[in-house]
Amino acid sequence: MSATVNTTAGAAALRRRRGPREGRSWVAYLVAIVVIGITVVPLLFVVLGGFRTNAELNSDPAALIPHHWVWSNYTSVLTNAQFWRNIYNSLLIAVVATAVAVGVGSMAAYALSRYNFRGSEAFYGFFVIGLLFPIGVAALPLFLLLHDLHMLEHWWGVAIPEAAFSLPATIVILRPFMRAVPGEIEDAAMIDGTSRLGFFWRILLPLSRPALITVAILAFVTSWNAYLLPLLAFNDQSNFTLPLGVANFQTQYTQDTAKILAFTGLSMVPALAFLAVAERRIVGGLTGAVKG
Amino acid sequence: MNRADVTAGAASAGPAVAGGRTAGRPARAATARAGRSGGRRRRLELALLLAPATVLFTAFVLAPMALAAYYSFYNWNGYGALTSAGLSNYTSAIRGANFQHSVGHNLIIVGLSLIIQLPLSIGLAMLLNRRIKGRAFLRLVVFAPYVLSEAITAVVWYQMLQPNGFVDQVLVSLGLGSQVHDWLGSTSLVLYTLFVVITWKYIGFGIILLLAGLQGVPVELREAAALDGASSWQITRHVVMPLLGPTIRIWIFLSVIGSLQLFDLVWIMTGGGPAEASNTMVTYIYTFGIRQQQYGFASAVAVILFIICFAFALVYQRFVLRRDTEGALTRVVG
Repeated sequence: MSATVNTTAGAAALRRRRGPREGRSWVAYLVAIVVIGITVVPLLFVVLGGFRTNAELNSDPAALIPHHWVWSNYTSVLTNAQFWRNIYNSLLIAVVATAVAVGVGSMAAYALSRYNFRGSEAFYGFFVIGLLFPIGVAALPLFLLLHDLHMLEHWWGVAIPEAAFSLPATIVILRPFMRAVPGEIEDAAMIDGTSRLGFFWRILLPLSRPALITVAILAFVTSWNAYLLPLLAFNDQSNFTLPLGVANFQTQYTQDTAKILAFTGLSMVPALAFLAVAERRIVGGLTGAVKG
Repeated sequence: MNRADVTAGAASAGPAVAGGRTAGRPARAATARAGRSGGRRRRLELALLLAPATVLFTAFVLAPMALAAYYSFYNWNGYGALTSAGLSNYTSAIRGANFQHSVGHNLIIVGLSLIIQLPLSIGLAMLLNRRIKGRAFLRLVVFAPYVLSEAITAVVWYQMLQPNGFVDQVLVSLGLGSQVHDWLGSTSLVLYTLFVVITWKYIGFGIILLLAGLQGVPVELREAAALDGASSWQITRHVVMPLLGPTIRIWIFLSVIGSLQLFDLVWIMTGGGPAEASNTMVTYIYTFGIRQQQYGFASAVAVILFIICFAFALVYQRFVLRRDTEGALTRVVG
């Protein structure tokens, strides 16, 4: 084993190693540093660029560190009502979309996991088909529908469809989870006099917390980052969400690169802060949900 | 968990069974019997629980597609009367050079993802799957571009790729000045530039996904293979890769569906240009449908895109993913 896998480090390495590839870990460090560099440098370019002047950005774009730290770009964005308006709109839409998707979806998942009725499987399949309607494909048809329903230019005209599009994933993730809760718990609750809806509300939902958090993160991040549907639904700048706002700011201030970078840098803060605070849940939720 | 189990269970449990699926447990059968006696209340509860989701889903997911299918047979500018168009929207879309190019661009992105992004993700995941210090930090950093919106990503890279901008200056300072190009302005380069940006944004997700898959490969298996004299390449090829199969197949599925729907990033960085050289199917719908208010025509293109995604998803679920997940979709649809 040591001969084939690891000839240099010898028996000492063999004794201390746990994984099979300790010997060349400097390669891993090198790769890790390169990967981190490629990932972080563009973000640093934006964040630090917001502290530079346009003259500096034009003459020496690749010097990341500002010669003179300029705060005016950031302060002007932070005092820009439109920036806060964008954040408020994004937050409102994402919170409502998430609440509706998780609320309505968990009710349906409960019915489809713990009520045995004829057609339950077919009903489930009806929702599963929704996984094949990605919002990107359906955006134009949705636009036509929202147009017909006079829902354009209203925040709920975006939040409600986003909730609807989050339903399939919500149900597909929650159903097996709810089904796995032992029947004995339900029986015990019934014997104690709880109704089925009481069991759902007081016992099943608290027990399903990890899965509920997963679907909530999925719905929230999807809505927070959505661009196409808000682009179709909103013409009025006061309705713009953050992704629309960022793109719009770039076209409005073409000549003022420093301010664009400040605006973009600040727009990244909520998502990155969220990731830093709840990394485990977010990474687990977004990658774990994939395997459903 | 498939239908065969349920019916078999019900058959063996005989006439006492009211509950079907969980028939094995007597206590549950009793509950189900009790439930039947309160049948009306139970049905009311079911209706209450299922109605909101059903209404929401039908109204905003299914109905729009149906509406689009309907509009696709008409000419309509959003205001005037509908005039019947027969299949002309479909035929003119399919015959149009711009549409064909758009589909081609999507397919190029799909192909590049499979040929470049996938092996790169696997390689990086394997290299990073070691006991190195700071792995938690690495995970955090690598995942960051994935949680940023495509809109933000697009603006970041649009700024960096400006002529004489960050990227160009870095190339010059590395002595690669001859490699400076008009990244977003060249019709022959723009698609590949976009692909690099897409890779920057999404490779972290692939790496994390594959790292999770690698964690699932038991150390004992590698050690056993090593004891039998397998080289590390052989272990990778014949032990690790097969066990990584399900993760890779899921990644491919997500990547293809994502590539077919590409919009945000392209729209903000190039608007489908220059000279339509970076149009995707969705930017095509946006440009030629919504901007020009040819809603019937745009609907036809949306229906075509839907059929492409639908067909791919079904075929892939049926023939590739089935063995991994007992394909939730094929069980119901196929």
